[in-house]
Amino acid sequence: MSDFPSHLAERFSTSERVFTVEFPSIDGGNLAAVKSRVDDLLPWFDAANATDSPAAHAHASNVAIAIALQNFGLEPILQVVCRDKNRIAIQSDIMGAALHGVRNIELLTGDDVTAGDEPEARRVFDVDSAQAIKIAATLRGGRYLSGRKFSDAPDLFIGAVENAAAPPLEYRAERVTKKVNAGAKFFQLQICFHGDRLENFAQTVNASHPTLPLLPTIVLVKGAKPLKFMHEKVAGIDIPTEVIARVEQASDPKEAAYQLARAQAEHALSLPGVRGLHFTDFCHDDSLVRLMRDLGVTPRPTGSH
Amino acid sequence: MPKLLPIIEFLEHGVKKPIWDCKMCGQCVLHSTGMTCPMTCPKTLRNGPCGGVREDGHCEVKPEMPCIWVKAYERKDSLPLPQSWRNHYNDLRPPVDNQLKGTSSWLNLITKRDQQTPAGWSAENATHESQ
Ligand code: SF4
Repeated sequence: MSDFPSHLAERFSTSERVFTVEFPSIDGGNLAAVKSRVDDLLPWFDAANATDSPAAHAHASNVAIAIALQNFGLEPILQVVCRDKNRIAIQSDIMGAALHGVRNIELLTGDDVTAGDEPEARRVFDVDSAQAIKIAATLRGGRYLSGRKFSDAPDLFIGAVENAAAPPLEYRAERVTKKVNAGAKFFQLQICFHGDRLENFAQTVNASHPTLPLLPTIVLVKGAKPLKFMHEKVAGIDIPTEVIARVEQASDPKEAAYQLARAQAEHALSLPGVRGLHFTDFCHDDSLVRLMRDLGVTPRPTGSH
Repeated sequence: MPKLLPIIEFLEHGVKKPIWDCKMCGQCVLHSTGMTCPMTCPKTLRNGPCGGVREDGHCEVKPEMPCIWVKAYERKDSLPLPQSWRNHYNDLRPPVDNQLKGTSSWLNLITKRDQQTPAGWSAENATHESQ
């Protein structure tokens, strides 16, 4: 094994909470655009997701962003979706990123092409997320899927994603086992507005995998409108009407949306197996830092890792 | 045998297309998925549902269609299937061998061709340490 261990894996082995963040998509410009965002996030987060054309919209690529993050000192989690590339390209992407020191690889299905602005695109889905996890584990073991061996295999830290709130609910926790057996070592959970479902899921998963780290996602929005948008337009996200109504009818909807996220974060952190949180920030103001402070996190002096 | 091949493929498709909307992937897993064909999932997922399943259990991509994995999960228990089939529901199914598309899974089952996987898939790598 080569000698760039995953910092994220190390953090999970401590008893401290772990916080990750969705790195904002970059459409154009140059590395300065990446750097300035890294500087904002670095004091607060252990790692950032380098997303793979999220919601089926083209952006600067997952691999390019992951390498940039790595170079700027914010540890990346390279997300790889199954929608756009076949098994050959997926392996090449992982190995290419690994060459630059990227160690955290998270494999997921990916939103359908119809979720994006190019719904006429061809879907690939040559492999699914569980298969992609096992392929990453095969690379970690020093072989390509074909069986072809190579030396200095990267010590990949392999992650997966699960939606605790989408049907078939009873199966979601069971499927975690399949992904763990395939090689997944940590899970980020999709945005979930059903606290009871998250709780059931965490309890069931924790009972069979007591050391498996779970990172539920907390989303920060500015009011009821984005909540309605997610509820109506984003596949796999269901938001109870009363939750939206509470924010909408509040005297200060922005504050109500913030308090909703804060309550979700505190609830999630109280659940078994939950080792920290993942954040998606649609506010783009000081809300995320406020939330981190409210959760009792103190900023790290930058340049520490 | 070679002359029989097209006849068997024709027969298999004739039976499986109308009942299960068979896509002739040539490596049938219907028995382990509650007799619900994963190749009819718009993302052709063979290892369970994506994260986009709607609240009513319908498909992210085709809202008018129930998610095939929701259907499979219900049917594996509601259909009178052998327990051994049910036990395979959560198995990790290997990537589709695209070379088998259009061939008869019945023959591939008999010849065990449908169990061949790339060497890297079957190689015991360090993935099975328990958590
Ligand atoms: S919702 Fe179900 S049927 Fe539709 S793409 Fe996802 S897994 Fe496939």
